[in-house]
Amino acid sequence: MIEMLKQPWPWYVAGAIIGLIVPALLLLGNKHFGISANLRHACAACFPSNIKFFKYDWKKEIWNFFFVGGIFAGAIIAAQLLANPDPVVVHPELAAELKSYGITDNSNLLPAELFSLQSLFSIRGLIMLVGGGFLVGFGARYAGGCTSGHAIMGLSDLQWPSLVATIMFMVGGFAMANFILPSILKLTI
Amino acid sequence: MSTQVNITTITPQQEALDFEVRSLDTMCVNESHMHHPWWYNFKYAAVGLIFGVVFVKAEIISWFRIQEMFRLQSFHMYGVIGTAVVVGIISVWLIKKFKVKTIHGEAIEFHPKKFNKGQIYGGLLFGLGWAVTGACPGPLFAQIGTGALVISVVVLSAIAGTWTYGYFRDKLPH
Repeated sequence: MIEMLKQPWPWYVAGAIIGLIVPALLLLGNKHFGISANLRHACAACFPSNIKFFKYDWKKEIWNFFFVGGIFAGAIIAAQLLANPDPVVVHPELAAELKSYGITDNSNLLPAELFSLQSLFSIRGLIMLVGGGFLVGFGARYAGGCTSGHAIMGLSDLQWPSLVATIMFMVGGFAMANFILPSILKLTI
Repeated sequence: MSTQVNITTITPQQEALDFEVRSLDTMCVNESHMHHPWWYNFKYAAVGLIFGVVFVKAEIISWFRIQEMFRLQSFHMYGVIGTAVVVGIISVWLIKKFKVKTIHGEAIEFHPKKFNKGQIYGGLLFGLGWAVTGACPGPLFAQIGTGALVISVVVLSAIAGTWTYGYFRDKLPH
């Protein structure tokens, strides 16, 4: 049983459990599934800077910090107790493409060549970690939500603006992965 | 049961002037009228815990899986998101149809999202970032949990991005 749990879980198991988070949060306390709001609450709590957008009672949203704390703890448990002993399976075409950029480490879920402290001191790593993070935070708030708030919660409630946002998430992702990211990955400095 | 709106600094008048300050995202909606001890929030941590385990074990937080998704090399992420949406739609439909209440007996409320251009421009920018980092906000926290401590830099940068949006919000097209 434990051996089976250590293998990567199939999409239908993961999808069903994630889908059930929507009613779980609603039933537990009328909460709408959404994670990027935490980033806003962090701003409101730490640097409101007299910006109207951050002047609200963030303490009323404290449940969301607990939710994210749970995600963090769950990831620790999964990584410590249920870690997959095998390398991550990567599609051969992707593996070949990444190899041409000098990215070959698939022993973890994130390639160490890109996501490590050393990579912070390279141009490529700086663009990806700092630039990528900035776009995620800026874009999520501009769009009024991220994958959880729009693609899962919004679509579950059949909200068409969420469908627009989800489509744009995918458009941006396709454009970056296929047309822009290769030029960034080519940087070896 | 009417929802009492209580924000310390934004009065209803200001709110009307400042378009959509509330409905742009999920903050401060559905406030409970009950006063529970703070540790009741651990019920949300429990849900998050399950979410975190699934994130790691289904490799949703893997940079490789996200790259494969955007290169159409794998069905995995489409299967995850598609299944989640179908389960979510059925759940929300059932909750609405049978007017299911929370475990504390309060009514469950839904609020229609209003369209604005932010969903287009912001969505596009978010998508660009998603493909670079290989993670949306939830997985970022899970990645740190698996030991990728450098991802804290990504989270701090995302908070900076959110703050920058708040700072320039009035000047951006919506």
